[in-house]
Amino acid sequence: MSRRPRNRPPVDLAGTTDLPVLLPAADSLARRAARERELGAALPRLDWRHGLVLLAVLLVSAGVAQAQAGAGREPVLEVLLRWMPVLLRGFLFNIVISFLAMAVGTLIGTWLGLMQISLLPPVRVGSWFVTQFFRNAPWLVLLFYCMFLLPFEFRIGGLVIPFPDWIKATIGLSLPVLANVSEIVRGAVNSIPSGQWEASESLAFNRRQILWMIILPQCVKRMLPPWMNLYAILTMATVLASIVGVSEMMTQAGRVLAAEDRPDLLIPIYSFVLLCFFVYCYPIARWTVALERRFQVKL
Amino acid sequence: MAWTPDQPLVSCKDVHKSFGAVEVLKGVSLDVAQGETICIIGPSGSGKSTLLRCINALVPIDRGSITVEGQEVHDPKLDKLALRRKVGMVFQQYNLFPHKSALQNVMMAPVTVLKQDRKEVEERAYRLLKKVRLSGKEQAYPGELSGGQQQRVAIARSLAMNPDVMLFDEVTAALDPETVKEVLVTIRELAEEGMTCLLVTHEMGFAREVADQIYFTDRGVIVEQGSPKEFFANAKDPRTQEFLSQIL
Ligand SMILES: Nc1ncnc2c1ncn2[C@@H]1O[C@H](COP(=O)(O)OP(=O)(O)OP(=O)(O)O)[C@@H](O)[C@H]1O
Ligand SMILES: [Mg+2]
Repeated sequence: MSRRPRNRPPVDLAGTTDLPVLLPAADSLARRAARERELGAALPRLDWRHGLVLLAVLLVSAGVAQAQAGAGREPVLEVLLRWMPVLLRGFLFNIVISFLAMAVGTLIGTWLGLMQISLLPPVRVGSWFVTQFFRNAPWLVLLFYCMFLLPFEFRIGGLVIPFPDWIKATIGLSLPVLANVSEIVRGAVNSIPSGQWEASESLAFNRRQILWMIILPQCVKRMLPPWMNLYAILTMATVLASIVGVSEMMTQAGRVLAAEDRPDLLIPIYSFVLLCFFVYCYPIARWTVALERRFQVKL
Repeated sequence: MAWTPDQPLVSCKDVHKSFGAVEVLKGVSLDVAQGETICIIGPSGSGKSTLLRCINALVPIDRGSITVEGQEVHDPKLDKLALRRKVGMVFQQYNLFPHKSALQNVMMAPVTVLKQDRKEVEERAYRLLKKVRLSGKEQAYPGELSGGQQQRVAIARSLAMNPDVMLFDEVTAALDPETVKEVLVTIRELAEEGMTCLLVTHEMGFAREVADQIYFTDRGVIVEQGSPKEFFANAKDPRTQEFLSQIL
């Protein structure tokens, strides 16, 4: 007991510890949990150190692979460089899919969220059900449903509109996004103090005006961090599209490995994939945290 | 039956209101003539805020009647928005729109609700902000203003709709003692100019000064009423006497 730091009052809770190493960790975890509770969403867990680790893995594995391969074969980094355009084009596809799914999900999700606060009970219950359904379904299952339920082309009169796999994948990924956006919107609207409604009602604004001119503009700030968080999660989830055969980065990585037929390339190539996602998602995560800080001070 | 100014501007008759099982208003009746200022005082939870909210149709009533300029407020056919244009309300927590500047707060409702000309409204908004002694603060956001300044913006915002009656719900209760005065001065000027005012307040000195009539409520009923002189000098009901002895 003598090791307990002076400034820490004795606590008699079950599960607490006085191990000096654990205490700071427990503190910071508690702080983080408090922030997350306030936000109603998980904070991103990425950190620049993760990027360094990935880079180290990439370089070390490339070195190891090189040593295993022996003198006669092409250096690993050269192979990686040769395939880089293919891999990066795949990554670009991931980003395009993430943009489109986010745009569609945000557009529909916003309306769905507003329907959740409708004064008409059927609208409210219906949109609540849709939201809960898509929010609690595994993303991969939704993706498969879209792949196999949607036709590969549409016929309108004599016109044939093709419906390629990547569009279906985008639709499939936008379903969980729209459900999450719906919850973000509903939560943000409910977090605005009721005094704002009362004050605007007493100024004779109608419900539509109150929502669009007074409530939603105040929600944007509150919605931005969880929305960006959702986008980072979506971007990472776009690799699911490889399972249904869309030529995004994971698929391309598989093809590269098949073409090279060198098991020693496995770890360097996938490390490169990870690194790309990290480099893209990490700034978003940092920015999200920075925005949260700023809004916490201002609101 | 058209309303004429010699009839009460606001008239409550036997108003009942319950929230779930709790009956908050148990038959409240009161009349406010045009140009009159009345103060409602009473212990916390006696239903003062609820009464003001009912007059503004923010809360529906269960029984009784409330009329504003002869129009039944809780008539389902009534145009609530038309009523609220005539009735201004100021809240304890100011409730300014934080994403709009003071000027925009004042201008918003006349421009979007009354569809008045923006230029004209802007001139009026400047004038109203000057009237509440906030010239120079037009571009400030609510977060940059003190409580008393915010409350005066809120008053200007209500006045911009040109209401016929103003409801004030403990508008100084959240303020520092120093800033209370500046808000009360503004309200007194309004009352002196002939605005019809219903005030819920704990500022007894102020009530004595500005009120034409004082109503004392307790547990959902009006226990006592009278002119300030009678009310403070010889309150008859024991509940009023007890309340006054605690406050004064
Ligand atoms: N929307 C509501 N739902 C349920 N109960 C409510 C609601 N609004 C008010 N009440 C209850 O009605 C009672 C009277 O509330 P009201 O706000 O009118 O009192 P008040 O006289 O204004 O008190 P104070 O001086 O504290 O402001 C309280 O017991 C309160 O809990
Ligand atoms: Mg009150």
